[in-house]
Amino acid sequence: MISVHLILFLAFGAVCVAGAVNLLVQRHPINSALSLIAVMAALAGEYLLLGAEFVAALQVIVYAGAIMVLFVFVIMLLNAGVEERTQGSRVAILFGVPGMLIGSVLVAWVVLRHSGTGDVAIGALPGPPKTIGDMLFHEFLLPFEITSILILVAIMGAVVLASKPPSSEVGGPAQKVKD
Amino acid sequence: MTQNPYLWLIPTLPLAGAAINGFLGRRSSKRAVTTVALTFPGLSFVLALKIALGFSSAAAPYVFNLAHWIRSGSLGLPNFFTADFAFYLDQLSLVMLLVVTGVGFLIHIYSVGYMSDDPSYYRFFTYLNLFMFFMLTLILANNYLMMFVGWEGVGLASYLLIGFWFTKDSAASAGKKAFIVNRIGDFGFLIGLFLIIQHFGSLNFTDVFAKVEPLAAETSGAGLLTAIGILLMVGACGKSAQIPLYVWLPDAMEGPTPVSALIHAATMVTAGVYMVARSHVIFERAPIALTVVAVIGTLTALFAATIGITQTDIKKVLAYSTVSQLGYMFLACGAGAFSAGIFHLMTHAFFKGLLFLGAGSVIHAVGGEQDMRKMGGLKTYIPVTFSTMLIATLAISGIPPLAGFWSKDEILWKAYQASWVYWLIGAITALITSFYMFRLLFMTFWGDYKGIQVDDHGHAHSAHGDHGHGEPHESPMFMLVPLIILAVLSAVGGFVGIHHGFEHFLEPVFGSEFPKTITEASGNTEWVLMGISVLFAFAGLILAYVLYVSKPYLPEKIAASLNGFYDVVLNKYYVDEIYAKIFVKPLVDGSTKILWQGVDRKVIDDNVNSAADGARHVSDEVRHMQSGNVRSYAGWIASGAAAVIAYMIWWGMR
Amino acid sequence: MVPLSYYLVLSGILFACGVTGFLIKRNIIAIFMSIELMLNGVNLSFVAFAAHWHVLAGQIFVFFVMVVAAAEAAVGLAIIIAIYRTRETLNIDQVNLLKL
Repeated sequence: MISVHLILFLAFGAVCVAGAVNLLVQRHPINSALSLIAVMAALAGEYLLLGAEFVAALQVIVYAGAIMVLFVFVIMLLNAGVEERTQGSRVAILFGVPGMLIGSVLVAWVVLRHSGTGDVAIGALPGPPKTIGDMLFHEFLLPFEITSILILVAIMGAVVLASKPPSSEVGGPAQKVKD
Repeated sequence: MTQNPYLWLIPTLPLAGAAINGFLGRRSSKRAVTTVALTFPGLSFVLALKIALGFSSAAAPYVFNLAHWIRSGSLGLPNFFTADFAFYLDQLSLVMLLVVTGVGFLIHIYSVGYMSDDPSYYRFFTYLNLFMFFMLTLILANNYLMMFVGWEGVGLASYLLIGFWFTKDSAASAGKKAFIVNRIGDFGFLIGLFLIIQHFGSLNFTDVFAKVEPLAAETSGAGLLTAIGILLMVGACGKSAQIPLYVWLPDAMEGPTPVSALIHAATMVTAGVYMVARSHVIFERAPIALTVVAVIGTLTALFAATIGITQTDIKKVLAYSTVSQLGYMFLACGAGAFSAGIFHLMTHAFFKGLLFLGAGSVIHAVGGEQDMRKMGGLKTYIPVTFSTMLIATLAISGIPPLAGFWSKDEILWKAYQASWVYWLIGAITALITSFYMFRLLFMTFWGDYKGIQVDDHGHAHSAHGDHGHGEPHESPMFMLVPLIILAVLSAVGGFVGIHHGFEHFLEPVFGSEFPKTITEASGNTEWVLMGISVLFAFAGLILAYVLYVSKPYLPEKIAASLNGFYDVVLNKYYVDEIYAKIFVKPLVDGSTKILWQGVDRKVIDDNVNSAADGARHVSDEVRHMQSGNVRSYAGWIASGAAAVIAYMIWWGMR
Repeated sequence: MVPLSYYLVLSGILFACGVTGFLIKRNIIAIFMSIELMLNGVNLSFVAFAAHWHVLAGQIFVFFVMVVAAAEAAVGLAIIIAIYRTRETLNIDQVNLLKL
């Protein structure tokens, strides 16, 4: 039956799907990045519908606000241009798109047929930051700490990988990133 | 049975010597190698003497069990079989033991002098000691299996020693020939052993002979015992160089002369005779087998003697002489006179060993030359060698009172009792023997020296050191002393046979209440026969003297007049060529065409190659998966994931 | 009241779009973005299930997924920069040093 929940769900869902398709269709990566940001924003809306406030906020702050910004920075840094069409890409589109279409339709049909799983209410499971914080620091403490180490390693890795290689004229140690 | 608890030391001491010299000899000094090489066989000889002196006929046979070897099945069941590392001492093995250790030790001493300049000095003594070990195992074995171990082992040692100078093609081939021809005989031997196991359930001498004893003689036809006997004889033909497996022995002269003396005169080739004598219980109950033995022996004796007349290489003459004398021993065994055969074995070891050692001394004197036509007049240059060889030649020709006379006469007498045909052929062979032996003596030592006075010994025969003399010289003491000792033995060794003394000594072994199927003849006949054989011996001497000393032009005229026949005999009746054509060539051809090109190349190689090719083709197709193109990897990942998801959906929907 | 399966279908559509982009795009950065799209689709399904079964751990897991995605994006983009330095191109077909 039609309810506000359903309408909102469909609206946000439409934005998600449109953004995803646009990501595929666009040839310039910056356009793809922007449509991805749109997808993420819509997804944040979906999370809110499910009551996951903290996750929605994180989605916007971290995903759309940090990761996608990073992507955009890199696109602009490397001056990525438009993709050309080549033989191989035509083949890939010819085979890949219909394949994915068929596959996803199949999966969707299966899921919808066996949908005796029940309904989800709007705001079904509230996830306020306090509750999530409680769980993070109690049951999930170990993964929490490990991910912090993971981030540390990732930072160091990113710095090292992206830094300029040591110049050959100067025989000293590697220089740090200057730019 | 408390006589000889260290009987097992006698074979193992030379083994220890072989091991020490084998592993450490390369880096040791010649003196050390010599000491080891002489000490261990010497100790064996001393032990053998000790045993002999303490031997009492009443306590024999003595069995000493060293260790278990094969235990198969369980007692009472029909598949029960045991064989142990056990040693067996009775009068027969005692005689053989003394001969082998004594003559063996003397030849070891001789080799110290003969091989002194050889670069592989230590290797020679390693092999020689190894040979002693195997031969002693053969003699002292308690069962046929251990005897076979020794049998094969002496074959191996013979191969190693014949091919000692293996860089020389002919020597390597001779070694191979010896081993292979021996193997053919061993095949027959093995089948005989299998028959024994099958029907008597054991290979121990005591067990087998106890089971065979009550059986009746197979006079009416061939039976099990005949089969066993003939098969054992096949083995003996191989090892003791009888027709048709004698062809390896003349080629075996490629080895160093001490090897020829020890292995191919005194000891290894007598293993066949020993084996037949040991199995006399079987043979006595199989008259057909005995006849086969006697016939082969007689024919071989005559055949080889005729070849010996024409040969010009001094060692080849002695080789054919050995074949001939072995024929005598088998003749004796075939006539039922096993002790006579062993007696001749003993005296033959003395004088044939002496002849070979003396020949080695001669060869050493003339700097490596072995062709008798290039020798002559050596009796002034090498008097000691000459006198010892003279004694040996007198002995082998059967001239009284030296050793050969007693033993050969014993054989002829017993042969006559079996059949006058055997006696006649034996006597004629004795005449021929005397002739060619004295021919050898006269050609070598009489007349003028026809050899080349050389400064360097540029020859391929032996590593004979470089004394750059111009004329023949006597050998060192190491070589002469054994010659003298053997000469003494050749002279007096026959006296143990007087009044059948030797025969009585061996009676506990051979004697039995089993009725012999020979006809007894009167004592006078014995004297007449003795006289005839002595006459023949002297006739041979005189004939040789005439042909080679007084009228040296005669042999060529006679040979020319006999023309074709002479050529045939000179070429050893073309036996080697016939064998090559009938046996060797088809085998080699078959091997090449069928087994090598057909099976090995086409079947095996092709299959392996096509397996490899198949792997290559498969991987050729599969390698497209690893293109280095990231997107194709992505495509593969996606397809794989899709496949898994599809499967899970399908499975979930079932 | 939206049936759970609707959320799952949406998640599946997002995931499928991500895989398709992963296969057909030649720009390395576009491929990375497709990967992020895939991760988002999965996140949605996590949260949906968490709401359906009232298990908060689902949302915690989304938290961790985001963290890992961030780290991965950082390192991946650094690698892309490094590749761009040596190869002067962002076409993934040119990054084929793994070819035999």
